[in-house]
Amino acid sequence: MTAVGTERRVIRVVVNGVPYEREVEARLLLSDFLRHELGLTGTHVGCEHGVCGACTVLFDGEPVRSCLFLAVQADGHAIETVEGLAPSESELHPLQLAFWEKHGLQCGYCTPGMLMVLKAFLAEHPNPTEEEIREAISGNLCRCTGYQNIVEAALSAAQLMRQS
Amino acid sequence: MPTRIFGEPIKRAEDPRLLTGRGRYTDDIDLPGQLHVAFLRSPLAHARIRSIDVSAAREMPGVVTVWTYADIGPCQRRMPLLIPHPDLTHPYTRYALAKDEVNHVGEPVAMVIAESRYLAEDAVEAIVVEWEELPPVVDIERAVQPGAPLVHEELGTNVAAHYVGIVGDPEGAFSRAAHVFRERLIIERSAGMPIETRAIVAVWNDVEGVLEVWDTTQAPIVIRNALAALFGLAPTQVRVIAPDVGGGFGCKIMVYPEEVLVPYAALTLRRPIKWTEDRLEHFVGTNHERLQIHDAEIAVDAEGRILGIRDRFLHDAGAYTPYGIIVPIITACQLPGPYKVPNYHVEFRAVYSNTVPVSPYRGAGRPHAAFVMERLLDRVADELGLDRAEVRRRNFIQPHEFPYDVGLIFQDGAPTRYDSGNYPGMLDLLLQQMDYDRLVREELPRLRAEGRFVGVGIACYVEGTGIGPYEGATVRVEPTGQVYVATGMPQQGQAHKTVLAQIVAEELQVPVGSVQVFEGDTAHFQFGSGTYASRSAVVCGSAVALAARKVREQGLQLAAEELEVAVEDLVVEDGRVYVRGAPERGFTWAQLAQLANPLRYAYAGDLVVRPRPWTGPTLPPGKQPSLEATEYYSPPHATWASGAVGMLVEVDIETGQLHIRKLWVVHDCGKMINPMVVEGQVHGGIAQGIGGAFYEKLHYDDNGQLLNASFMDFLMPTAMEIPRMEIAHQETPSPLNPLGVKGVGEAGAIPMPAVVAAAVEDALRPFGVRITRMPLDPDQLWRMTHPESS
Amino acid sequence: MKPPRFRYYAPHSLEEALAVLAEMADEAKPLAGGQSLIPMLNMRLARPSLLIDLNGLHELSGIELDNGALVVRAMTRHRAVERSPLVAEHTPLLAEAIRWVGHLPIRTRGTVGGSVAHADPAAELPGVLMALDGTVQLTSRRGQRLVPAEDFFIDLLTTAAEPDELVTEVRFPSLPSRTGTAWLEVARRHGDYALVGVGAVVSLAEDFTTVTEARLSFIGVGGRPVRARLAEAALRGQPVAAETWRAAAATVRGEIDPAGDIHASAEYRRYVAGVLAERALALAAERAREGARQ
Ligand SMILES: Cc1cc2nc3c(=O)[nH]c(=O)nc-3n(C[C@H](O)[C@H](O)[C@H](O)COP(=O)(O)OP(=O)(O)OC[C@H]3O[C@@H](n4cnc5c(N)ncnc54)[C@H](O)[C@@H]3O)c2cc1C
Ligand code: FES
Ligand code: FES
Repeated sequence: MTAVGTERRVIRVVVNGVPYEREVEARLLLSDFLRHELGLTGTHVGCEHGVCGACTVLFDGEPVRSCLFLAVQADGHAIETVEGLAPSESELHPLQLAFWEKHGLQCGYCTPGMLMVLKAFLAEHPNPTEEEIREAISGNLCRCTGYQNIVEAALSAAQLMRQS
Repeated sequence: MPTRIFGEPIKRAEDPRLLTGRGRYTDDIDLPGQLHVAFLRSPLAHARIRSIDVSAAREMPGVVTVWTYADIGPCQRRMPLLIPHPDLTHPYTRYALAKDEVNHVGEPVAMVIAESRYLAEDAVEAIVVEWEELPPVVDIERAVQPGAPLVHEELGTNVAAHYVGIVGDPEGAFSRAAHVFRERLIIERSAGMPIETRAIVAVWNDVEGVLEVWDTTQAPIVIRNALAALFGLAPTQVRVIAPDVGGGFGCKIMVYPEEVLVPYAALTLRRPIKWTEDRLEHFVGTNHERLQIHDAEIAVDAEGRILGIRDRFLHDAGAYTPYGIIVPIITACQLPGPYKVPNYHVEFRAVYSNTVPVSPYRGAGRPHAAFVMERLLDRVADELGLDRAEVRRRNFIQPHEFPYDVGLIFQDGAPTRYDSGNYPGMLDLLLQQMDYDRLVREELPRLRAEGRFVGVGIACYVEGTGIGPYEGATVRVEPTGQVYVATGMPQQGQAHKTVLAQIVAEELQVPVGSVQVFEGDTAHFQFGSGTYASRSAVVCGSAVALAARKVREQGLQLAAEELEVAVEDLVVEDGRVYVRGAPERGFTWAQLAQLANPLRYAYAGDLVVRPRPWTGPTLPPGKQPSLEATEYYSPPHATWASGAVGMLVEVDIETGQLHIRKLWVVHDCGKMINPMVVEGQVHGGIAQGIGGAFYEKLHYDDNGQLLNASFMDFLMPTAMEIPRMEIAHQETPSPLNPLGVKGVGEAGAIPMPAVVAAAVEDALRPFGVRITRMPLDPDQLWRMTHPESS
Repeated sequence: MKPPRFRYYAPHSLEEALAVLAEMADEAKPLAGGQSLIPMLNMRLARPSLLIDLNGLHELSGIELDNGALVVRAMTRHRAVERSPLVAEHTPLLAEAIRWVGHLPIRTRGTVGGSVAHADPAAELPGVLMALDGTVQLTSRRGQRLVPAEDFFIDLLTTAAEPDELVTEVRFPSLPSRTGTAWLEVARRHGDYALVGVGAVVSLAEDFTTVTEARLSFIGVGGRPVRARLAEAALRGQPVAAETWRAAAATVRGEIDPAGDIHASAEYRRYVAGVLAERALALAAERAREGARQ
C-alpha cells in the first residue's frame, strides 16, 4: 500500500461560473491556486494561518479561508471570489456600491475578504443590527479603516439589497 | 460661481478597481519565467556564523541557486544609514545577508532562488548552519549597565545615541516649584502590521535596458536612487513602482535587504524574480516600534501651571539604526504637546538590543510623548484636586501665541515651531461633544452607585506634520481635456488619487473625474522622498496646487492672447476659460491645450486650428507646446495639527475586561481637502491606537525569541473591539502652505494610550491605582483591582 | 509559509479511509476542516507524508438523536451545529458554546470531530463534552470503541485515539429535567481561543431551591479540559443562592492548577475561573428554573 495518494492531481473547479481544469500539486493552497494559477488576484493573502480573513472566498456559497484549503479539495466544487461579485462589467454589487459610498476601504487589501464574508452573511441575515455585522466581520482584520465605515457600508448594503 | 471641489467628501477614484478585485498589489504581478525567493533567517538572537553549507539546498528540485553573503557582489556593502544625526554617535547597519554575525531572530542569512515559493521553502530547510551562540541583549535597562553584554562588540557600547535637549532653566524651575511629581512610564514594543506584507518583483527589461522593480515601499524614489547607486546604473535605467500597496504605517519605508537582493538577482540571473514576505517573516523581518521607558517629572506652581518638565528615557533601537534616531527625537520634541512648558530638560539614550530594528510606526514617537505628558497632567490634576480638563486649560498655548517656539530642533532639522492652532477651542468643542459636565457630575456618579467601574478620560495632542525636504508634481492639461498629474509619492490607502485630483479640479474648475493622478512610479516623477510623517497632503498637495495654479495662469494667458482681452476679464468656470459676461467667447481646457501646441491634431481636436500667417518660429522662445507645469514645494518647517479625545470606559474588575463605551474625537488638520478621507484616516489611527493601548504587544523572551509572532497571538483588534467613534472637526488653517492644510495620517494613533490610561485610572479610582504602562491587558487590570490575590 | 510535500488521498468510504490509516498510521494524518491542521502545515510544524481527506465521507456528517443522546458525527461542521434546531433544543450548552469557536468562516469549515481530535486545551467543544460527560466514538479497522470524555482527553493536543483510529462521532447524553446549562468565557479578542472558559450544568430539586447535581468544566486552565470535581461535590444539596455559587468559586480556585502564558498569568486564570464559575452557575440555575416553567 505504499502508493496510496498522489502528489499531483487533476482538478475541475468552477470559479465565478467559469469551469477550469488544472493539474496541481496536492500541497498547493487554494489561495495560491486562485491567485497564481488562475490569475484571480482579487483574493488576497495576509497571514496564511487563517486569522486575517483577507483570503476569504465562498465555497459552495459559504465563506471559507482559501489559505486553509487545498486546491485539490476544491475538485468538483464551485468557488466564488470578489471578481465574481459584480453582476456585470458596468454594474457593481450593492455591497461594492455601499463600500464606495461610505468609504469602507482605504488600502483595499482586506476588502475582498470583507465583501465575500458579508455577501454570505447578508444572504442569511437581510436585516442585521450593527452588532451582528461587527460579529460577522470579526474574523476579518482591517488595519486601515477602524471598521466604522465598513459597518456603515454593510448596513447600507443590507438596506439596498432589501429594497431591490 | 466656481464649483467647490476642495473640501467636499468626494467618493474615491481608487475604489472601483479595488472593489472589483482589479487592484494590482505587488504579489499580484506574475511575470513569465519568474523565479521565487525564500530566505533562511536566523533562528537565534545573537550568534556568530561558524559555517554555512548550502550544497544540499542547491541540489534540491527546482532550485536555481542559493546565495550567502559571499555571493551577493555589490550588495556586500553595509545597508545605508538613511537618516544620520549628530547625536547618533554609534550608528550601525546590517549586511543584506549576514556576513559573520546575526543580531536578531529573523535576520536574513541565505537566499534561495527557485522555480516556486514552495520549492524555495523546501530548499531553505536543507541549508545547514553551524552557529556559535553569543549572549543576547534584550532588556534595554540591563543593556546600559556597565559590563552588559554588547550587541555590537566593536562599538564598545550598547548606546547608539545620547541626546540632551534643554529649554529655559529646568533646574531653576524645579527648585522653585510648589509641587513636583514623578512617574516612570513605559510603552511596550509593537509594530505597524499592515495586512499586506512586503513584496518585491524585479525584472531586467532587456528591450528598454531598464531594471524594473515593483515594491511595496512607501518611498520608491529612495529605492530607485539606492539601486542605481548600488548597481552603477543611471537613475533612468532603474524604474521603481509602488503599485497598490496594502497599508504601510511606516514599516514599509526603509531600504531593506530584500529590496536590494531581489533586484540584484534579477540583474544577475536575467529572470524575473519575486519575493513575497510571509507573515512569519514579517514579524521578524520588518521593523518594529514603540518600546520606551521614561522617567519623567513635572514641576508646577500652586495653581497647577507647568513650570518645567524633566524627562530621561531609554529608547529601544533594536539591532540596527538604519533610520537613525527619528523616533526618539520626535518623542523629545513633541512631549510638551499643546502646553506651555517654559523649562524643559529632555534626554534619551537609544539602546541597541538583539531584536528587530525600530523605525517609525504610525505615530512615530508621538504616542509615547502624549502618554508621558498627559499622564503627568492627570497626576497634577489629581494631586491638586483639580478637574483634569481644567488643568489642561490652564496650560494651553493660547490662540494669539502662534507661531510658538518649543525651543528644540525637530526631526527635519528645523525649529519645533507651531504654526497655528486653537487648543482651548478644541478642548471646549470636545467637552461640549461629550456633555462633559453632565457626564462627570451626573452620569458617572449614577453608574458608580450601581457598583459599576466606569471612568472618563481626556487627552490632547499635537502632531508635527508635513515636514520637508520637499515634494514635487507635474500638472498637464492634455489636448483631450484630461488633466494629467504626476507625483513621486506613493499611497498605501490614503486616497491620493482623489484628494490631489480635487486640488487640481478646484484650481482649473474641471470635473474631478477628468483629473488622473499618477503616483509612486519613478517613470512618472523623478524627485521626492515618499509617504511618511503625515506629509502627503501638505507637501505634495501644495506642490500640486502650485503646479495647477501655474497651469491655470498659462491657460488664462493663452486665452487672453487668443481672445485679445485682458486676463482680468476672463473667468475660469465649468471646465472653460471665457470672457466675463460673455460665456460664448472662450475655450474649453482641451481647446486651450490644443492651441498651446502648434501641431495639427489628427483626432483629438474639437477646435479647428486656424492657419496662421508666418511670424517667426512656430514655438517662440520661452513658450512651451503644452499647458504644463512642474512645481516643488518645500515647507519652511512642520505644520502642527492637533486634536483632543475623550473616552468613557467600563472595567469588569472581576475579569479585567475593558469595555470602551464611548469615544469622542475633535480633530484639527487645518483645511480639509476631503473630510470623508480625513475621518477615515482618524478612524484608522484610533483603531491602531486602541490596539496599542489594550491588545498589541510584541513579547520577546530573555533569549530574544519573539513569542507571539502570529496573528493568533499578536492581537490586532477586530470590529468587535473597536467602538463607534464620534468625530468633530475644528479648522485652523496653516499659514505656511498654499492650501492651509495640515497632515492627518498619524493623528488618531497618538492620544489613545494616554486617553485609555486616563479613563481606566478614573474607573479604578476606588483602588487608587496609577496607570503607567501601555498596553494594558485584562491580567494587569485584574491585578490592580485584586492586590491581595496576585 | 507553504506546506511541505505530501501525498493526498481522498477515500470514498470510511472503510477505505480506515484501511489506509491502518496501513500508514505513522505517516498519515486525517484532514477534516483543516482549520488547525493546515496552519500547522503552512508553518511546517506538521509533516505528514500522507493526508487522508475525510471531507468526501458523507457518512461521517450529520446530527441526530439516538436513545436520548445527541449524536454529532465527526465531519459535521461547526456551522451545522450552530444552525441545528436539534442541538439548540437538546444540548443548549453546545449551541451556546459553538458560537465562541473562532469566526464565521472558521466555523463554516471546522468540524466537531476535528476539534475533539485536535484537543486544544482552550477549545470549546472538548470543554462541552467534558461538562456533559459525553463520549467519543473511535473507529479503526480493529473495531469501534466508545471512550468517555474524561478518558479521551489526556493532555495538550494528546488524546486516547490511536494513530489508526478515527473519531467518528461524539455523543452528548441527555440531561435530567430541571437542569440548566451555561457557557461563559473570557478571551482577549472576540473569536480568540479562551483565556478561561467554563461550562456549567446545574440540576435542581423539585422545589427549585436545592442543587441536586452540578458540573463545572473549564477550558484554558490546564493541558486538557478540567472538571472541578471538588466544587461539584460540594455543590450537591446546597441551596440555590449567591453564597453557594461564591463558595463554589472558592473551591474551584483551590482545586484547579492553571499555567500562565503571555496572555494571562496562572493566578489570573485561577481567579477568573472562579468568577466565571460563579456567574455560570447562577445563570445555569436560573435557566433550570426558567426551562421548567416553560
Ligand atoms: C482563526 C482561527 C480561530 C480559531 N478559534 C477557535 C476557537 O476559538 N475555539 C476552538 O475550539 N477552535 C478554534 N479554532 C480551531 C477550529 O475550531 C478548528 O476547526 C478545530 O480545532 C479543528 O477542527 P478541523 O475540523 O478544522 O480539524 P483539522 O484541522 O482538519 O484537524 C485537526 C487535527 O485533528 C485530526 N483529525 C481531524 N479529524 C479527525 C478525526 N475525525 N479523527 C481523528 N483525527 C482527526 C487531524 O489529523 C489534525 O491532527 C480556530 C481556528 C482558526 C484558524
Ligand atoms: S490569508 Fe487566509 S486568513 Fe489570512
Ligand atoms: S482597507 Fe487596508 S486593511 Fe482594510
